[in-house]
Amino acid sequence: MSTTAPSALVDLVYHEVRCIDEQRWDDWLALYAEDAHYWMPLTHGQTDPLLQGSLMYEDKMLLGIRVERLKGRRTFSQEPISRCHHLVQAPSVESHDPDPGLARVRAAFHYVETRADEQQLYAGWATYDLRLQGADWRIVLKRVDLVNCDAAFGNIQLFM
Amino acid sequence: MPNATSSIDTSPWLRGCEVHRDAFIDPGVFALEMQTVFSHTWVFVGHGSRIPQPGDYVTTTVGDQPVVMVRQWDGGISVLHNRCAHKGVKVAGREQGNTGKFFRCPYHAWTYQLDGAVLAIPLKSGYAQSGLEGTEAALGMAAVGAVQVYRDFVFCRLARQGESFGDFFGDALSTIDNMVDRSPEGKLQVAGGVLRYMHHCNWKMLVDNQTDTCHPMVAHESSAGTAVKVWKAAPEGTPKPMAVELFAPFVSPYEFFEGMGIRSWPNGHGHTGTADSIHAAYSPVPGYWDQMKAAYGEQRAQQILGEVRHNTIYFPNIMVKGPIQTLRIFKPLAADRTLVESWTFRLVGAPDLLLERTLMYNRLINAPTSVVGHDDLEVYERSQQALHSRGRDWVNVGRLYDPAETQTPTQVVNGTSELQMRNQYRAWAKYLAMGPEVRA
Repeated sequence: MSTTAPSALVDLVYHEVRCIDEQRWDDWLALYAEDAHYWMPLTHGQTDPLLQGSLMYEDKMLLGIRVERLKGRRTFSQEPISRCHHLVQAPSVESHDPDPGLARVRAAFHYVETRADEQQLYAGWATYDLRLQGADWRIVLKRVDLVNCDAAFGNIQLFM
Repeated sequence: MPNATSSIDTSPWLRGCEVHRDAFIDPGVFALEMQTVFSHTWVFVGHGSRIPQPGDYVTTTVGDQPVVMVRQWDGGISVLHNRCAHKGVKVAGREQGNTGKFFRCPYHAWTYQLDGAVLAIPLKSGYAQSGLEGTEAALGMAAVGAVQVYRDFVFCRLARQGESFGDFFGDALSTIDNMVDRSPEGKLQVAGGVLRYMHHCNWKMLVDNQTDTCHPMVAHESSAGTAVKVWKAAPEGTPKPMAVELFAPFVSPYEFFEGMGIRSWPNGHGHTGTADSIHAAYSPVPGYWDQMKAAYGEQRAQQILGEVRHNTIYFPNIMVKGPIQTLRIFKPLAADRTLVESWTFRLVGAPDLLLERTLMYNRLINAPTSVVGHDDLEVYERSQQALHSRGRDWVNVGRLYDPAETQTPTQVVNGTSELQMRNQYRAWAKYLAMGPEVRA
């Protein structure tokens, strides 16, 4: 299967959330370009990640810090560890330009995060801006829009 | 109207440097706090920049009381109990909005002036025989006891009588002054939205934590400590990212926090960072110094920016950070539930980069998705659970206690002292002891 086929874009989305659910953090981070950002807006239809507040707007270094922290021996909020589960609707290719290799894919999701006896359900839409790097697609921006992005949450410790 | 209050014995909950676990876990104590501490003190309601026009309003809570803060026709601000005089329905429904020329209850269309007075009651003649004029309903939406707007920060006292605003806060207002003065135009604007974070713990644990300088290097080793570790592995010559600059000071050694200093003021107010702080060494923002110098002159500008206060507690339940322009409210919902709201400000007339840094700080430290927040909430919730243990009854806040400390209402001490926590609990006991306001 060619990496420029739309199916490769869809496959990447399934692969990405599977890495999260299986807590294969190094494999997960490898899917992100060096200049990538992971963005969880605070308001509906938000356009500015810098001069408006967000739940997360993190570059690859900050994502790396999170992953390192999850592995740490003194990460007490992970005693016991959190687990998560994504249920992703069939992703739609919103735009796809094989040359120079840019694409946008969108998927609705339900996300469950659990820790000890607590289980939280979140719902939203993930939008991926992708760039072809050599033979592989890499995530340049993952935008996670929660349906209740402005609600008061307890700890959200993993990744949607 | 006399305000006879019954005095309450607080010795079951506070003895010397110890606080009884019931102060954190007992719903009865919580109910009492709502009627005393949150009634007799001046509680922050909101910032005036959110309601610039007449009829603009914000709904919120003061303690457990639903209130609406509304801009009046003359530019003043009123704070009303958000409760229809008729059947008790919450009148203003949005978190923030404009009500037009009057409030209108969504249930039976009773309407109220912006100051809460009854404007019109449908089918009013039907009440002719009921003595309506002598009932509470005729009084409209109740105003809180007193309101004071200080440099756009709106505070209210629910009780009708009590300490004046000036007596209650005194010199503590200097932290708000400093935050506002950091704008070249002397003006703040609420900006960036609010981060809302639900905590299953008692509100006092959060207030206590704000001047706890001996937890960052322990509890935040996992977040800030990891950030420093990851950063050290970056290739030589990589410019230090803003995020690392914000994270790294959290894991400074005890000596740093000792030298940082703590100042306490009367009535439970106080702050960390009298001499130095975790906010003192941020990179300069291009253009800002020149703006400040032009606005205030070099000497005054240096004085303003040289003030690096860390966390200022305005008792009972807000914390202000002047150098990074944030305000956190610890809203008590139940003995074991607290909503933390983290607000951010634009320094009007200053470069955007300052707001960008403030918002990054708020995301990294105060969001429900923040790793620093995860560290803190974990220990609060573990405390909330473990304080049910009958193995020990008391919590200790005795570090660097000085038997003479209660004789000196305002003082500066070693930054690892728990003086400010004791100051807060003493204020808590003082207002609790006043008992509920008795309405005639």
